[in-house]
Amino acid sequence: MLSVVVFLPVLAAIVLAAVPRITDAAARWIWLVVTLVDLALVVGLWLAYRDPGAGNLAFEEQVPWIPNVGSTYHLGVDGLSLPLVALTALIFVVCAVFVLRATDRPRSQAALFLFLQTSSLGVFAAQDLILFFVFFDLSIVGMYFVIAGWGHGNAARSALKFFLYTFLGSLALLVGFIGLYLGSAAKTFDMVELASNPPFGDQPVVGGLVLAAVFVGLAIKTPTFPFHTWLPPAHTDAPAIGSVVLASILLKMGTYGFVRIAMPMLPDAWRDWAWFVVVIGIISVLYGALVALAQTDFKRMIAYTSVNHMGYVILAVGAAGVVSDSAAQARQVAVTGAVVQMVSHGLITGALFLIAGVLHDRKGNYDIDSYGGLAAPAPRYAAVFGIAAFASLGLPGFSGFIAEFQIFAGSIGTVPLAALALPGILITAALFLRALQRMLTGETRGLSVGFRDLDRREILAIAPLLLFAVIIGIAPRFLLDIIEPASSTIVDLVSR
Amino acid sequence: MSVLALALVVLLPAASGVSLCLAGPRARAAAIPVSLTTATATAALAVVVAVTRPALEIPFIAGAPLGLGVDGLSALVLPVVAIVTLLVLMFAAVEGTESPERFHGLMLIFAAAVAVTVTATTLPALLFAWEIMGAMSWALIGFQWRDDRRVQAGLVAFTMTRAGDLGLYLAAGAALVGGTGLTLADLPAASSPWRDVIAAGIIAAALGKAAQLPFSSWLSRAMEGPSTVSALLHSAAMVAMGGYLLLRVAPLLEVTGWAGTTVAWIGALTALLLGAVAVAQRDLKQLLAASTAAQLGFVVLAAGVGSIAGGAGYLVAHASTKALLFLVAGAWLAALGTKQLSALRGAARRWPLVGVLFTVGALSLAGIAPLSLWALKDELLAVALQTSPALYMVGLTAAALSAIYSGKALFIVWGRADDATEAGYDDEQPGTRHIGRWERIPLVVLATGAALLGILALPPVSEPLKATLGEAGTATPSVIELAGSAVLALAMLALVAIGLRRGVPQPAWAVNWLGLEKAVHVVIVRPTLVLSEALARFDDNILDRGLHRTARAGIFVGSRAARADERGVDGAVEGLARQLRGLGTLARRPQTGKIHQYYAQITIALAAVFALILLVR
Repeated sequence: MLSVVVFLPVLAAIVLAAVPRITDAAARWIWLVVTLVDLALVVGLWLAYRDPGAGNLAFEEQVPWIPNVGSTYHLGVDGLSLPLVALTALIFVVCAVFVLRATDRPRSQAALFLFLQTSSLGVFAAQDLILFFVFFDLSIVGMYFVIAGWGHGNAARSALKFFLYTFLGSLALLVGFIGLYLGSAAKTFDMVELASNPPFGDQPVVGGLVLAAVFVGLAIKTPTFPFHTWLPPAHTDAPAIGSVVLASILLKMGTYGFVRIAMPMLPDAWRDWAWFVVVIGIISVLYGALVALAQTDFKRMIAYTSVNHMGYVILAVGAAGVVSDSAAQARQVAVTGAVVQMVSHGLITGALFLIAGVLHDRKGNYDIDSYGGLAAPAPRYAAVFGIAAFASLGLPGFSGFIAEFQIFAGSIGTVPLAALALPGILITAALFLRALQRMLTGETRGLSVGFRDLDRREILAIAPLLLFAVIIGIAPRFLLDIIEPASSTIVDLVSR
Repeated sequence: MSVLALALVVLLPAASGVSLCLAGPRARAAAIPVSLTTATATAALAVVVAVTRPALEIPFIAGAPLGLGVDGLSALVLPVVAIVTLLVLMFAAVEGTESPERFHGLMLIFAAAVAVTVTATTLPALLFAWEIMGAMSWALIGFQWRDDRRVQAGLVAFTMTRAGDLGLYLAAGAALVGGTGLTLADLPAASSPWRDVIAAGIIAAALGKAAQLPFSSWLSRAMEGPSTVSALLHSAAMVAMGGYLLLRVAPLLEVTGWAGTTVAWIGALTALLLGAVAVAQRDLKQLLAASTAAQLGFVVLAAGVGSIAGGAGYLVAHASTKALLFLVAGAWLAALGTKQLSALRGAARRWPLVGVLFTVGALSLAGIAPLSLWALKDELLAVALQTSPALYMVGLTAAALSAIYSGKALFIVWGRADDATEAGYDDEQPGTRHIGRWERIPLVVLATGAALLGILALPPVSEPLKATLGEAGTATPSVIELAGSAVLALAMLALVAIGLRRGVPQPAWAVNWLGLEKAVHVVIVRPTLVLSEALARFDDNILDRGLHRTARAGIFVGSRAARADERGVDGAVEGLARQLRGLGTLARRPQTGKIHQYYAQITIALAAVFALILLVR
């Protein structure tokens, strides 16, 4: 079943790519229908999901693949991955809706995004490091073509930068994976096996080096300070839905790697270096927020807030490695917050990039000061924009609050130093309110004059993201019930 | 059943408010009926839950449910806030605003957030509502969004109060590690260093919302919002919630040893200094705003010294009083187009009933007996005297200042308008020269509250109130204190009556709110922006360019390596080949093709081998 969810999109992609007779309109609708079917399947998985218990997986599938290196085709989900699988399925539907009227090579675009969907779902469902790596790299390849093929501005250059930088990261990751393989008692790439019998228990130096390789690989993808400089140009020049997939899904592959690979498979090294991770997290939070505050380009600003938001995740997973006697509950709260933040950032930042995409569609310009008083010609746009901005700054009632409250409560409860990151939510508030003020309020001026309000298709794309952000913000239990057992398992695994 | 009523106190305004906001202009006609019906029902439900005292918990995050419950304190405050909300909304409905659906929608969402704040029993519930109040304050201050100045004022208010709110996040973390969980009532039991962190965090959040020092300046900016918003958010409800939170956690403040004293002094100093600020203001709304911060200083002082009944009583009486005064200021603003005191001369004579109602509020604010704030202030000051005579003296001086600024406003609005006055009309907006009949109804109710809520200080009422609030062993004011403060207030009014002709002193530091806004700008805002610009340049010019430089260096190394490959490695290989060719030539030399030479070579070689064997053996 999980294989169907993962591979359905790529099958459709092959059909779309192989049959040139499919018309543009048909391609767009096929794309939408396939993503909807995939989403329906994921909803089915969600409803059928029962917590598999520590060290086990739901909907597990395993068949031999490359036996001579101990690698199998192994899929499965648990409380860490199911929310991200669901997020992925939703995000790709939203993308298909948003470009339902696009005219720029829709058939190739649909095929490419369906391919990207399979590779993204694959990353979150894979339970074998080689399989994980293959999907991870394919997603980079797919995104390269999205930016280079459908981007604007300096797209080719940004795409190449994105590709080279993140590919370098994935090579570091591969080195780490080979290290894990060589260190494992059973000579295996199996993630479940590696997590239950972590290597390098008595070799702190080697374990530290392997963690360094894995950490650099994931930190580039996340991205954390100082590895984030590929992100702003990639976002600025990517098409709207490319930015959405990049921010909502691809960044999560990095943070997901921390909770799925780094923490459970290298618990000793993670504990040894947890302080370092916490510091990187705090720096990313503050640095991302401060640099975002200075941006004049709306898309670049959102890109830097992603560095800030992902910084909270790094802070939380770092704090979860600082083991002390009294704070087990706090560490679990921190990890739960980190996973919620991944989902929440995916929803909210996805919405913000669609909102930015509307600016580009209408006026081809992201410059904040070129707009002003948008609320008059485009009240619906202003309302959606305002809601998304407040969601992103962590206002209660939205998912961001559920994430950040838990991250802060849990992290400060474990490492009081984490309180240094608190000004991050204040600066984020200031920068979003400032952007709202400059673009939406005041006299209508500049490019705002004659700005067409959101149409039904655009609302249909953006609204589900914000709706889920509100649902999680008000009634988070349906999500937390799935995440909490898994985060408790991770905390146990790290403190072994 | 009563649990349902508690849920509805929150859900009803929340659902109505969100619906109105989302429906947009389509709901314009329905806005006022929906708003007033909802507010009426909510007020009725608030009274019901105040009597039945239900509690409920909704699972939220691990180990920290959203808890709501009505206890003695919230039973007193919730109905008053709900009724004031209804009255303010009635006034707003009659007065009329642009986009009524948005205005009433936001106000209803705010009302829901206040209901949660008042009844919250856990930190997540409190923080949840706390920040929504802040967001609604942003949206309502900048309600007239075409005016950049107003939107900017909302931004200042939101960010400054959120700076305090960070304390609640800190407190939540400390509570988790302190081992007590996130229930407010359990916080005093947290282990020692964490208990202090929790207290400090909560104090920061409360002082921020209550516009106490050093946060006061945002309240001045918030006066850019509509007067009805000022009446509800910036006097009766949101700002008051800062004082309320401190009353709620008074046991925690007491148990830390330092927190109670600190809070009491901050409250007393705010009452004193912002009282002086109020005296110097020339704009009625600015005067009332400074007065709000100063009056909440008394509530904060009460929380610090443990006078819960006095503080809570003062809170509700002040809510009624100040909402009344702000609404009157709003009515005059709409009618005369100004809120400058100089232009409001004679406003009370022009609309006598409204003038009388304003007088009731102002006299209550001045502490004139037997109106409400007089006795309640003495009740909390009596407890302060028990703690520290110095605190009492500061409080009493602040009370005298209340009388002075109230008197100043009062004598001006009852003065006689002249030509100079009329020249000041319409400086803010075109005035209607009209105050509607229906606008007076809510004013009458609020004035009644301002006059009569002092009964909360009468021993037959105050003793049971103290008992339900868990306050024991605190002092009650003596007759001398009560009489003394009444005489003091009258004396100050007399002083103003005489002094006003010569002009009340208006030192610059008091006129510009102690320079607080400038200080915040210089100490925090400016450096943050400079740092942010510097980091952005660092990001572009060093971090990213460094990356490019590394990439270029890589290309350079690559090309050098290629050249080295051509000249060095390739050259070396070719050199080696040359050498080998030389060796080959050398090796070919013995191959002469002449048999006798071969034999000679073989003989030499064999001799050598033979010699080697001999040597080795």
